[in-house]
Amino acid sequence: MNGACALSVSMVIGCVQPMAFAQATAASSGLAAGREAPLMAEDPKLEARLVDISQELRCLVCQNESLASSHAELADDLRQEVRELIRSGKSDQEIKDFLVARYGDFVLYRPEVKPLTWVLWFGPFLLLGIAAIFLGMYLRQRRALAVPVALSDEARERAKQLLKG
Amino acid sequence: MKKVLIPLALFIGLVVFLAVGLKRDPREIPSPLIGKSAPHFTLFTLEGGDAKFSPSDMQGQVWMLNVWATWCVACREEHPVLVAFSEKNQVPIVGLSYKEIQPQDPAYKAPFDEKLKLARERSEVWLKRHGNPYVTSVMDMDGRVGINYGVYGVPETYVIDKTGVIRYKFVGAVSPALLAEKIMPLIAELNKS
Repeated sequence: MNGACALSVSMVIGCVQPMAFAQATAASSGLAAGREAPLMAEDPKLEARLVDISQELRCLVCQNESLASSHAELADDLRQEVRELIRSGKSDQEIKDFLVARYGDFVLYRPEVKPLTWVLWFGPFLLLGIAAIFLGMYLRQRRALAVPVALSDEARERAKQLLKG
Repeated sequence: MKKVLIPLALFIGLVVFLAVGLKRDPREIPSPLIGKSAPHFTLFTLEGGDAKFSPSDMQGQVWMLNVWATWCVACREEHPVLVAFSEKNQVPIVGLSYKEIQPQDPAYKAPFDEKLKLARERSEVWLKRHGNPYVTSVMDMDGRVGINYGVYGVPETYVIDKTGVIRYKFVGAVSPALLAEKIMPLIAELNKS
């Protein structure tokens, strides 16, 4: 399967097309490989917004890639869908809601703050807080240990004797 | 003693966390569509002509929607399982032929009618060879119905209840164990209500 992403055989929508095949079809159909290019020239504003929005969205197939950078076919389709939503005058939020309704919060790289995602958003700060408390306790303990013990007269006398040697 | 036990406990905790993490399937993304109405569509059927199908045609019965394609490798593994299951006549299975003509295909740029004809031919040949578990198959040529159903890997299987609500979704090849342990009990329960 497509080596670019570590997914099992069932992920047949595919992340990266096998190069040889892509090149062969590009050559035989006489088309340049970058079929997104003409659209860029056609409406740079729309494409800029598309990139803006799709950088915030996760490609479902190659899960660690954004929708903007993924070469998966599904990503192509979803970008096309987003383009059409932009053309129909939808706001960024409406477009994100459209995708969340179909693919879940998983498509958002920046999930909404809601009870379900509290652990995700605040968990690290909670852990940091706990770590800070432990650090404080540890430091206090160490300081208590480091308090210089006053010498008794007897010990002082003995030390003097030793130093005189 | 305490000096050994605390790091050991922390280490074991970490190992448990990682072990659970390893067991989880990263492809498994909870679908927001479960408990919601199956998105509406009207698509040409595989059988040819101008016949169309929409989910509302299945109103009043529990049914399964199975996303497949002739180019899909995992579908070949799943197909015999579905064929055997369909022979029990437990539940009608509707096939959704997903993007049969792929963008790499030279025929991709052909007019819609030609593409549809080619997709039907290929699908029919495939179903003749591997068996046909579907009461009907619909042709999602551009994959837009797939997007509405949150399809991100083929095969995918949905269980839809009598009122048209999606009750279950599975991504990947359905196994006999999954049918027996999960899908059949669910269907029996949905049929009762």
